[in-house]
Amino acid sequence: MADQALPVLEVRGLETVFRTRGGEIHAVNDVSFHLERGELLGVVGESGSGKSVTMMSLIRLLPAPPADIRKGEVLLNGEDLLKMTPDALRQVRGAKVGFVFQDPMTSLNPVFTIGDQVMEPLRKHMGLSKAEAAVRAAELLELVGISDAKSRLKSYPHQFSGGMRQRVMIAIALACDPDVLIADEPTTALDVTIQAQILELVKELRQKLGMAIIWITHDLGVIAGIADRVLVMYGGQVVEQAPVAELFANPQHPYTRALLQTVPKITGVREARLKVIEGQPPILTAALSACPFRARCEYRHAACDAANPARRAVDGQPVGRGHDVACHWQAPAAQEAVHA
Amino acid sequence: MLDARPVPKSASPLVQVEGLTMHFPIYSGVLRRHTGDVKAVDGVSFTINAGETLGLVGESGCGKSTVGRALLRLYEPTAGRVIIDGEDVASLSPEALRKKRPTMQMVFQDPQASLNPRMTLSRIIGEPLDEHTDWAEAKKLDRIHELMDAVGLNRRFANRFPHEFSGGQRQRIGIARALALDPKFIVCDEPIAALDVSIQAQVVNLLEDMQEKLGLTYLFISHDLSMVRHIADRVAVMYLGKIAELSPRDDLYARPLHPYAEALLSAVNEPDPAIAAKRRRIILSGDVPSPANPPKGCNFCTRCPKVMDICRTVKPDLAEVEPGRLVACHLYTNTSAAGSTGAPEATERNQQGETR
Repeated sequence: MADQALPVLEVRGLETVFRTRGGEIHAVNDVSFHLERGELLGVVGESGSGKSVTMMSLIRLLPAPPADIRKGEVLLNGEDLLKMTPDALRQVRGAKVGFVFQDPMTSLNPVFTIGDQVMEPLRKHMGLSKAEAAVRAAELLELVGISDAKSRLKSYPHQFSGGMRQRVMIAIALACDPDVLIADEPTTALDVTIQAQILELVKELRQKLGMAIIWITHDLGVIAGIADRVLVMYGGQVVEQAPVAELFANPQHPYTRALLQTVPKITGVREARLKVIEGQPPILTAALSACPFRARCEYRHAACDAANPARRAVDGQPVGRGHDVACHWQAPAAQEAVHA
Repeated sequence: MLDARPVPKSASPLVQVEGLTMHFPIYSGVLRRHTGDVKAVDGVSFTINAGETLGLVGESGCGKSTVGRALLRLYEPTAGRVIIDGEDVASLSPEALRKKRPTMQMVFQDPQASLNPRMTLSRIIGEPLDEHTDWAEAKKLDRIHELMDAVGLNRRFANRFPHEFSGGQRQRIGIARALALDPKFIVCDEPIAALDVSIQAQVVNLLEDMQEKLGLTYLFISHDLSMVRHIADRVAVMYLGKIAELSPRDDLYARPLHPYAEALLSAVNEPDPAIAAKRRRIILSGDVPSPANPPKGCNFCTRCPKVMDICRTVKPDLAEVEPGRLVACHLYTNTSAAGSTGAPEATERNQQGETR
């Protein structure tokens, strides 16, 4: 374990551009954030907001070309992943950084057994023998709640249900006891009752293993249930960042505020009509010179067209540590919780 | 205003479904013998009143989409009656069914897949008019423009192709097409599932506006329980091909009766950390059994936290346990319904408890 005071992961000024035949797409624009040890950071945003691309850029999982990471630093325990050689990076992926993808159907290899796939990182990264790896793999499957784990090692992915496959993916990601687990929409493809099982499992594993997790989702409900801190992304940049309770009680960015109101509730007063965010998300063909949300924003004014707002602190703490927002508009002081 | 719909909720239902069953045969072995059935929908009955929205919720594979498709006879139902506006759609001759099509339409889940990529917007929206009317081109074009205005698509887009539109706009095209022939009844099969959160509200509001303006009746199929709470008047919860509970919206969300409905609602994530922390979730163990081989007793008995001995042997019938609330669960068999109104669903399948 490295220095306890340092965040386990620190990202500074990350910029990723896709070069396509139709021109450049600026998918990630100057994204900075950090991840403390043992923390669960939620990343919310709609499709195209850059949340997945940001995380894929971190450990350079994007094919280059077309992807081009132009700028930035990604410090994992103080080491810059963007400067690493491919060989060194391979030691990081799967060992220090685990990844769980959205679709458990397509992220497991259908022609290898579950056992082979759980054992692969154990053999490659930890140098275990086949027998040792099999024992450890069975332990891991038990840890993620798959009963009769030993005999299940010989099963193939198609013999597992969606929820169980996602459990296997989590087991693989956890195999080498990573410092950071990146979960990209891990429950989106699952049914609600299965989703509840997986969320419960992750909460339990966090207590047991104490790793730091980045959880990407578009579902504010999931975030409210499990995250410690939240990044809201829009147009390839971080537009708001705050501890979870603060974000939901006192959202500052017009996008966050609208997003919280556009989702109907399952308890409390039933809304007569849903609030709508008019328009479409921006297409990021050029570097941002103005606020990406301005076309859909109800508080748009001259400053929004003139410059892309930088992140500013809301609660007096340094940007990135407390509550910050990238918006020219000042939200009025917190009213009673928006959705009490 | 809540519930301020000008549509008269007539006593006579527009859609009446009785014992709808949809089995898909399984053939196996060298001789491709018929060895079993996937019981996707197994004896489902409900009614939808004119101007009402019935929500149909459940997890993937529970048969909710199959109900929607069998209702419009996109599948040939194995058994059961589907009376839409006075005619049994399930037994109409092909000729009569074709004449019936304009009254019942569908909005599909995936706007990408349900629009022909080689057809322009005006041809897509105009296709139902080509099929079912003998209007002149000019009149058709007027109607197409009128529909585009109604769903909020710019008339200038009439000659564009589907790939030039975003997901939300494509769903508007799908809605315009469904509205082209002035239907009375529309099945909305997960119309918002493929859309982003900020776009979902646009489409739901559009559906509500259209209902208000045109007096439409919806079957709204979705797995999104909070959106169903917003749009539906009554809600049917399906599990493994059967309806577990059918209740008025507010009753269901305030106090679900069927243990599955209870678990399903408790699993929904409320976007509020304060509520999320207080909430007691019911975590169901295991997965949904295969519909090819459902449990012998109640379909939910393998996962039910309140399972009793009888549940493993006897299938519970859907019965009215409180006024307006139908539940298929042995927990309520003894609490005989008091003051029931004898809903049509309850009549044919009522062995336990009098309805009157």
